[in-house]
Amino acid sequence: MIELRHIRKSFRVAKRNAGFSEAVKALFRREYETVDALRDVSFTIRDGEMVGYIGPNGAGKSSTIKVMSGVLTPDGGECVINGRVPWKDRVAHVREIGVVFGQRSQLWWDVPVIDSFELIRDIYKVDGASYRRTLSHLTELLDLGEIVKTPARQLSLGQRMRCEIAASLLHNPKILFLDEPTIGLDAVSKLAVRDFIRALNRENGTTVILTTHDMQDVEALTERILLIGRGQILLDGSLDELKARSSPRRTLTVAYEGGTLPPLPGVTIAEDKPGRAVLTLDAAVCPVSEAIARISSKVNVKDFSAAGESVDELVASLYREFSI
Amino acid sequence: MRQYLSFFRIRFTAGLQYRAAAWAGISTQFAWGGMTLLLYRAFYEANAAAFPMPFSSLASYIWLQQALLALFMSWYFDDEILGSVVSGGVAYELCRPCDLYAMWFVKNVAVRLSRAVLRCAPILVVAAFLPAPYGVSLPAGPGAAALFALALLLGLLVVVAFSMLVYLSAFYTVSPMGVRILASSAVEFFAGGLIPIPFFPDAVQPLFNALPFASIQNTPFLIYTGYLQGREALAAVAVQLFWLLALVLVGRALMRRALKKVVVQGG
Amino acid sequence: MKLYWKLVLMQLKSQMQYKASFFMTAAGQFIVSFTAFLSVLFLFSRFHEVQGFSYSEVLICYSVILTAFSLTECFVRGFDVFPRLIRGGDLDRILVRPRSEVFQVLTSHIEFSRLGRLLQALAVLAYAIPTSGVVWSAERVAAVFLMLAGGVAVFSALFMLYAGLSFFTIEGLEFMNIFTDGSREFGMYPLSVYGEGVLKFYTYCIPIALFQYYPFLYLVGRSDDVRLIFLPLLGFLFLLPCYAFFRFGLRRYKSTGS
Repeated sequence: MIELRHIRKSFRVAKRNAGFSEAVKALFRREYETVDALRDVSFTIRDGEMVGYIGPNGAGKSSTIKVMSGVLTPDGGECVINGRVPWKDRVAHVREIGVVFGQRSQLWWDVPVIDSFELIRDIYKVDGASYRRTLSHLTELLDLGEIVKTPARQLSLGQRMRCEIAASLLHNPKILFLDEPTIGLDAVSKLAVRDFIRALNRENGTTVILTTHDMQDVEALTERILLIGRGQILLDGSLDELKARSSPRRTLTVAYEGGTLPPLPGVTIAEDKPGRAVLTLDAAVCPVSEAIARISSKVNVKDFSAAGESVDELVASLYREFSI
Repeated sequence: MRQYLSFFRIRFTAGLQYRAAAWAGISTQFAWGGMTLLLYRAFYEANAAAFPMPFSSLASYIWLQQALLALFMSWYFDDEILGSVVSGGVAYELCRPCDLYAMWFVKNVAVRLSRAVLRCAPILVVAAFLPAPYGVSLPAGPGAAALFALALLLGLLVVVAFSMLVYLSAFYTVSPMGVRILASSAVEFFAGGLIPIPFFPDAVQPLFNALPFASIQNTPFLIYTGYLQGREALAAVAVQLFWLLALVLVGRALMRRALKKVVVQGG
Repeated sequence: MKLYWKLVLMQLKSQMQYKASFFMTAAGQFIVSFTAFLSVLFLFSRFHEVQGFSYSEVLICYSVILTAFSLTECFVRGFDVFPRLIRGGDLDRILVRPRSEVFQVLTSHIEFSRLGRLLQALAVLAYAIPTSGVVWSAERVAAVFLMLAGGVAVFSALFMLYAGLSFFTIEGLEFMNIFTDGSREFGMYPLSVYGEGVLKFYTYCIPIALFQYYPFLYLVGRSDDVRLIFLPLLGFLFLLPCYAFFRFGLRRYKSTGS
């Protein structure tokens, strides 16, 4: 169980202005400004949930993850994870969490991955039997087989990410933080990583918190989304709820013959070549079914398709809506 | 020429940005110079007759050395240049419409000059107010001052011309890191960075004076303090000129050969 | 402790992957300190003695300080390269692991190529001991070992101080060179040659003299007070404020994240 209440955090950063005279001035006096990374962040995550934590760059995603993993002490507010305050009880806390920083490696670069795994086993004091069990399970699920005998520096990005994830799970954490786990991966590796995370959550009941910019990750993995912007939680709900909130714009492609398309309220014609038109419509004013019915009363419709907003567009429009 | 000037300005402004680094560097060098002088004072007290120059001349030498450390530092090598040679990225540089040797050369001169300009004044000002014989004194005369300025410039060019050889050696060795450590510690020692060359045993001095490294900091500082005077000083400057020409010619020849190799092998 | 050796072994394995570079760097380290040795030799060939200390007596000083420094540099290098750990974000990784931060920093980097310098320092020690005319006794042998142990303690503390400082300023770190590299360079001579003030500074502020100077006086027979050989143990106390400062910096890192 993860509980955050009114978490606040601000940083002081030195201002640096361009130009020579400014540089000379800064030599003697420096100005600072305060940046509020987290203004008031509250949420609760139950055991076994899978949560997507999204927001634009600089919104406070990684600050929140750092607070939850005990790396950063907030200015105010409460955070209790499995009955502990992360920054007060660091060692006991981190024994129960796993963290994957997508951009950085925790594997020793020049030695075979399996050697790194054994060291991590010793660092976390995992006993032999449970290590062997976990490792064979992970090896099977992540298809590690031969690659653990290779030094980390010789692995492809996808192989390495699979090893990184395994390394974070050797001590069977109850909570897994994933910071951009699929960044830079090819399509096949992305699918493998997603499948694995789903299986982990289903089989072990591991709580997963995922930050990402890849909306396909969110769509494929999480039932619940937390949207953060300017240091505040803006939305907390399921993907479907988010979709319901979003603007009801649809794109309609119609193949037709004979006659011209009638003007309809709430519909604009984006493209109209002879025989084929692309329309955008506002479903609140003119539902798709009604539009099709009225069009087919004027022209002979041969084929049509309707598309809603993709998740990427949805999120972009949310960012716009909250102007973040 | 214009691009070189603007390059220098960027480096200089960037150097100013790091005020903590500048203050830290200045105080470090000041402490270092002070400790060195105290050590020599102990040797002076042990055997004043064996001192090859007046103590005040040595003090000037040490303070100049600390103030102008960045100009002659032997351990500075441009990581970008070394990296581009090691990775083979230097091939891209050939696409630019510049003389690669000149570009690297100017880049190194600019870095050294900008760092030194920033740091030398505070050290020299404070050192000038130290009580005799521990402070820095004025040059031996107007002639010595002029010759010092010339020798300073030549010394800077010689050390850069030498580091060019180190960059170029990276084309041929497996471990540029090792070469770099060897080269910098050898230069530091032979140039008189650890102890001034006049303090070397008399028997080996001619040997060290014959090496190009004596033309780096040794010549300008000894001219300033009046240890080298008249014809001797002029001869030392001529030797500096000779080594500068020789090192640049060797460097350019090496570069032509190395680049031919890069082009033929495709990097 | 078992884990420590495993991590040491891992570092050794990693560095052996680049054998050419390893041996070149080790050789470089050897040569670097060899030029320092030549400087001492050259100055003594001109002046013969300093403050009544002979060449081989000074060489004892020289090799003690260099041995202690290179041992520290080899095994406590994690603190020396600590600014890199912060900038590279590896400190965050350390903080999400259930082991003490100091232990993890220590084992994050072990630089075996520094053994090149150690080799040179030991060679000089082997030369200086028979030629210095020291009359060896159990106390004097103990003195050498205590000096080395105290030296490692003080230099480790200095590296820790350096790491602690890097939480506050990265650019200003050059300042610490006076104390780390400076202590190594200037500690090659008995610290009294720099005068009373400097000796006091190195006794009470940065306790280099505790292991380098006072027991040395007993070793070369300038003092008969056998208690001097235990002074290096006081150097271990210097670890406390430096460790506290490192913890203080770490707490700040956790509250600023930078």
